[in-house]
Amino acid sequence: MLESLQERLARVTKTLRGEGHLTEFHIDTALKEIRTALLGADVNVEVVGRFIERVRERAVGKEVLTSVTPAQMVTRIVHEELVRLLGGETVEADFKGRPAVVMMVGLQGAGKTTNAAKMALWIKEKKGLFPLLVPADTSRPAAREQLLILGEKAGIPTVDTRDMDDPEEIARKAMREAMIKGYQVLVFDTAGRLHIDDELMAQLLRLKEILKPKQILFVADAMTGQDAVRSARAYHEKLDITGVFLTKLDGDARGGAALSVSEVVGRPILFSGIGEKLEDIEVFHPERMAGRILGMGDVLTLVEKAQDVIDDRKAKRLEAKMRKNRFDLEDLRDQLGSLKKMGPLKQVMEMMPGMNKMMPEGGATEAQERQLNRMEACIDSMTPKERRHPQILNGARKRRIAKGSGTSVEEINRLLRQYGQMRKLMKRLGKADPRQLKRQLGIG
Amino acid sequence: MAGTFVKKLKRGLLMTHTEFIDKVGESFRRTGPVEPAQLDRLEEALIAADTGVELSIRLVDLLREDVRKGRLTTSDELRPAVRERLLELLKATEKANPVTVVLNRPKVTLLVGVNGTGKTTTVAKIAKRRKEEGAKVVLAAADTFRAAAVEQLQIWAERVGAPVVSQREGADPAAVVYDAIASAKAQDAGEVIVDTAGRLHTHANLMKELEKVQKVAAREVEGAPHEVLLVLDATTGSNGIEQAERFGATAGVNGVVLTKLDGTAKGGVILAIADTLGLPVRWVGVGEGADDLLPFDPEDFIDALLEA
Repeated sequence: MLESLQERLARVTKTLRGEGHLTEFHIDTALKEIRTALLGADVNVEVVGRFIERVRERAVGKEVLTSVTPAQMVTRIVHEELVRLLGGETVEADFKGRPAVVMMVGLQGAGKTTNAAKMALWIKEKKGLFPLLVPADTSRPAAREQLLILGEKAGIPTVDTRDMDDPEEIARKAMREAMIKGYQVLVFDTAGRLHIDDELMAQLLRLKEILKPKQILFVADAMTGQDAVRSARAYHEKLDITGVFLTKLDGDARGGAALSVSEVVGRPILFSGIGEKLEDIEVFHPERMAGRILGMGDVLTLVEKAQDVIDDRKAKRLEAKMRKNRFDLEDLRDQLGSLKKMGPLKQVMEMMPGMNKMMPEGGATEAQERQLNRMEACIDSMTPKERRHPQILNGARKRRIAKGSGTSVEEINRLLRQYGQMRKLMKRLGKADPRQLKRQLGIG
Repeated sequence: MAGTFVKKLKRGLLMTHTEFIDKVGESFRRTGPVEPAQLDRLEEALIAADTGVELSIRLVDLLREDVRKGRLTTSDELRPAVRERLLELLKATEKANPVTVVLNRPKVTLLVGVNGTGKTTTVAKIAKRRKEEGAKVVLAAADTFRAAAVEQLQIWAERVGAPVVSQREGADPAAVVYDAIASAKAQDAGEVIVDTAGRLHTHANLMKELEKVQKVAAREVEGAPHEVLLVLDATTGSNGIEQAERFGATAGVNGVVLTKLDGTAKGGVILAIADTLGLPVRWVGVGEGADDLLPFDPEDFIDALLEA
């Protein structure tokens, strides 16, 4: 995601690098590049104009500090402004209330229904609250069935509204049900509608009066172009939305819509949708997003993801083994499994600082992903004894494993070579000073 | 009938382009010599219509060159010049991809695209049109992934009066297409229209699934799928180009359906797509009703775009 913007800004700072002074000419050149990059990333024309002016004002008036290069200075200003434009700090969504109602609103096809289910599950698991899903999209055929099915998959109680065709009546029924049964959060899915459809927009306003929502989330597609500003502004003027839910961020859209929407609405982006599965939801972090845009990597998200999938006990055991240099193929298999659980390799790589530059264009990561699967298959086809003592693998054993895993002896040899290298590396790491290690990995 | 379609197109396009028209109109309404600021405004207006930075800058640079060389001197020449270039772009794609008559039966049409662009609705709308033209149509519910997608298509099918072939959720889409073609052959239906699951073009496995659907169709009917339409949301920004590129490469897209043109989005991304990939637009979606689908007309599109 956003790699193009990242690359372009990287190029800009490269041209600034090595310059001794920050002159107006430098700023102009950089700003021109940044403007083109932001427009290319689909940030709205007006928004880009205002953004560039703010950066210019700050850059020109600034005294050049001797400790930083002009490139660092411009980058920092652009970064700060980007973070500000994206809403500043990470905002924790408030779900207090009895019940706290969350209304999902937006254009057709933005992803309201899918993400309503994801958010309900998130509220239950991360917040420990009891949510109730309310399907009130009575216009799209089978939209209510869709949410019922998703609710069931997520294990979230969902109101069956299939025989009701008035959203206002559904709202009243859901409120009664939440009161009686004590649900703490009510996630209310509405029908997609155009911001210029006065009649349907008026209906949303009536629903707002009935539900008195704690949150009105404008669900916006990250792939939206220039129009994002118009729809977001119209929704905000009519409904006074409290936040934004940015969807389909797992694609390769540059996501300029995020900047546009934040700027015109002036409300935080709270969540991002990053896939079609129920757990593909993340709290939105302006700081990280801006860092990602500028190619600074997204180490924090990566660490969080890793913590989510790596079991603590296993991690401790692994650490001990690494220190004693007893890392075997079983541990390698655990590692491969964790890596896979963290998401597509491409996504993981993008979050590592500097990695996006090393990544080959297009399909190569797919090949790497496939290779990981094959490595796993090789290890799976070994006996426990072989995994713990790889040195016993002889020609006959390798042939058997190759046959069993649908790979080749060559591949097994490659795997063993890689394993050997890892062991060597770990031996060194085991002796290293942890502080130095952290510095080497760029996290200290 | 033709009258209402023109009205619908006008309504859709007018609503789509009001702001753009204001901006371009400003540049066009002036008389006298062309001023640099006018060209800048025009460039911004094109970008604001999602035409894409690259194409917009290139187009206006050509005009700048014309002004410099004295081929373009007064403001009132600006409009015809832009019109001509944009029209040329769209017409070239149509010329390069003429609509051919399919002799092998049934004709198989595949609708593909990212999530939420309106594939299912468009399948129904196209089916209705074909039926009105006298064709016998079978629909294939090959979106076996999204919850209740099959039900959604079934409800639509009932509205437009076409049979649907479906399997359970999670079934192999290629198997659904196989069944649909067999069913069409058995009842001598001339057309099969396939609804596929929305997928982001960056997900390699899902793209491979489309390849399989294609292979199965090709095995069952010669030359199938005869038409592969990329359903594109008019609100899409420059990512539309990547979508067209990736779906073009894996699914053999040979036409575009531009949906949701009844909003305020300008749909200019089709110009960028025409420019980079030469893909023609076949249909335009202008509403949620079964009749809200219009054949794409480049002249009307550009004229509405530049109407001052």
